[in-house]
Amino acid sequence: MNQHIPVHTAPLRVDLQLIADMVAPGTRVLDIGCGDGDLLDFLWREKQVDGRGIEISQAGVNAGVTRGLSVIQGNADTDLADFPAGIFDYAILSQTLQATASPRKVLSELVRIGKHAIVSFPNFGHWKVRRHLLLHGRMPVTEALEHSWFDTPNIHLCTISDFVDLCGALDIAIERAITLDGAGQPLTGLKASGALANLFGEQGLFLLTRKKP
Amino acid sequence: MLPGHAFEIGRDKPLKLDCGVELAPVTIAYQTYGTLNADRSNAVLVCHALTGDQFCAETHPITGKDGWWDSMIGPGRPVDPADYFIISTNVLGGCMGTTGPASINPDTGKPYGLGLPIITIGDMVRAQARLIDHLGIETLFCVIGGSMGAMQVLEWASSYPDRVFCAVPIAGAARHSAQNIAFHEVGRQAVMADPDWRGGDYAGQKVKPVRGLAVARMAAHITYLSEPALHRKFGRNLQDRAAVTYGFDADFQVESYLRYQGSSFVDRFDANSYLYLTRAMDYFDLAAEHGGVLGNAFKGTKTRFCLVSFTSDWLFPTPETREVVHALNAVAANVSFCEIESDKGHDAFLLDEPEMFAVLGGFLKGCAEHRGLRK
Repeated sequence: MNQHIPVHTAPLRVDLQLIADMVAPGTRVLDIGCGDGDLLDFLWREKQVDGRGIEISQAGVNAGVTRGLSVIQGNADTDLADFPAGIFDYAILSQTLQATASPRKVLSELVRIGKHAIVSFPNFGHWKVRRHLLLHGRMPVTEALEHSWFDTPNIHLCTISDFVDLCGALDIAIERAITLDGAGQPLTGLKASGALANLFGEQGLFLLTRKKP
Repeated sequence: MLPGHAFEIGRDKPLKLDCGVELAPVTIAYQTYGTLNADRSNAVLVCHALTGDQFCAETHPITGKDGWWDSMIGPGRPVDPADYFIISTNVLGGCMGTTGPASINPDTGKPYGLGLPIITIGDMVRAQARLIDHLGIETLFCVIGGSMGAMQVLEWASSYPDRVFCAVPIAGAARHSAQNIAFHEVGRQAVMADPDWRGGDYAGQKVKPVRGLAVARMAAHITYLSEPALHRKFGRNLQDRAAVTYGFDADFQVESYLRYQGSSFVDRFDANSYLYLTRAMDYFDLAAEHGGVLGNAFKGTKTRFCLVSFTSDWLFPTPETREVVHALNAVAANVSFCEIESDKGHDAFLLDEPEMFAVLGGFLKGCAEHRGLRK
């Protein structure tokens, strides 16, 4: 039998590490838009999480399964409806909400199938975005939003304030909110769902749950 | 006499078939590769497709060709005998040593022919389970197979959820489609239209229904390929001639190829077996066995699944695999699903598909880790 010695897990991207920190050990997690499976692999190795992934690109799916993860090909808009309610402890949607066809429906599904949802997205309210539009009068292209308007996958961009409003409308409680700078580091000293966060945060990261009726 | 092992289900404990008949004695011919570990946790059951057999990873004793899944099973392959105890049976109804229509009916002293009761995928799996009991294996590490083999894998996972740690159905479906039943019916009618078939009672005759069976194989073989694969291999190229002959000879390479496929098949396959096994696939409908809801077939399952399909497979197209994935999601099963880009059609599962090997190698390693077979 071959010896498989788990090498120490490679460091995660900073924002993924913040997500991983929100996940309790030994839980069941669905990572939607899991890419090559970096987060799932980390969660399995470091936190013994029973993880599943959904990924839209075939190359990403195959890479994830090849490294021993449970991943299916699919997307957030169509494939969440299959899952029974509350089946996951966490449903994670990282940097993907803005690319979905129906963010409102997707968000509702996340808190239906997950006891908690963890959602991160680029903040369209960031001052660089505002400045770009104000000064140039053209669709903003920044480090966080690098696509031109005609080839961007981000069809439903929102600001942190917009997101907070939608959570309110859907009866979703915000358990935790973190504002991240361009490097994915948390910004401290400002209310993470407030107006300053909406101006200075490049990304919003939220731990959500459905409000009990 | 074929090489390999045989296990007999005796008259004391007959095999209960789906059609209601209790069948005994039943012989299960099988091959093994590798060694069963001390806690009997590393067994892999390989399920063959319609015309496969137990000789999956060795030179075939009749054809002299490589094992049909040499690319998947062997040293350095995803299913490595150094890691696993690999069991490969000839299915019930087959013609390579396991009880089938060509076997002698002990009550009459003559071959069963059409006297053999109709066999289902469920019957095949129950027979395999009896062998696994006999081998003293409580839980199989993995059940793997393509096409009709994938049907057996799904049946195993559904009927014996606690006995299957991980399941790999490749290029399969939870039921046989109307189009596939139609193709099978063409094949069966070709066999039955051959006067040498004699109502299935051709054993002991000088001639067998080889023409009918060859035509059945030719028609079926087309469904295993794809238009791009046929085009790449043959195009409209002519066979050993500069121009068409204005006749019905095999002018085209593709005709010559199909004729060869047909005529070489009849040397190793029994026509009645072909009828029984195609019927078993036609009858397969896992949802129907569970109140019409496919998810019910897998309720509460702890088995880890990895489903694989191929982009150019039009016999068992990706949506049919996706249907199984949806059903497994609905019961929150642990499931992976990969669609492999290939232009080789349904047969891709038997061919050199590096991406499939990488994916399955990774999946099995991950499962082995979860099973405690690897540290």
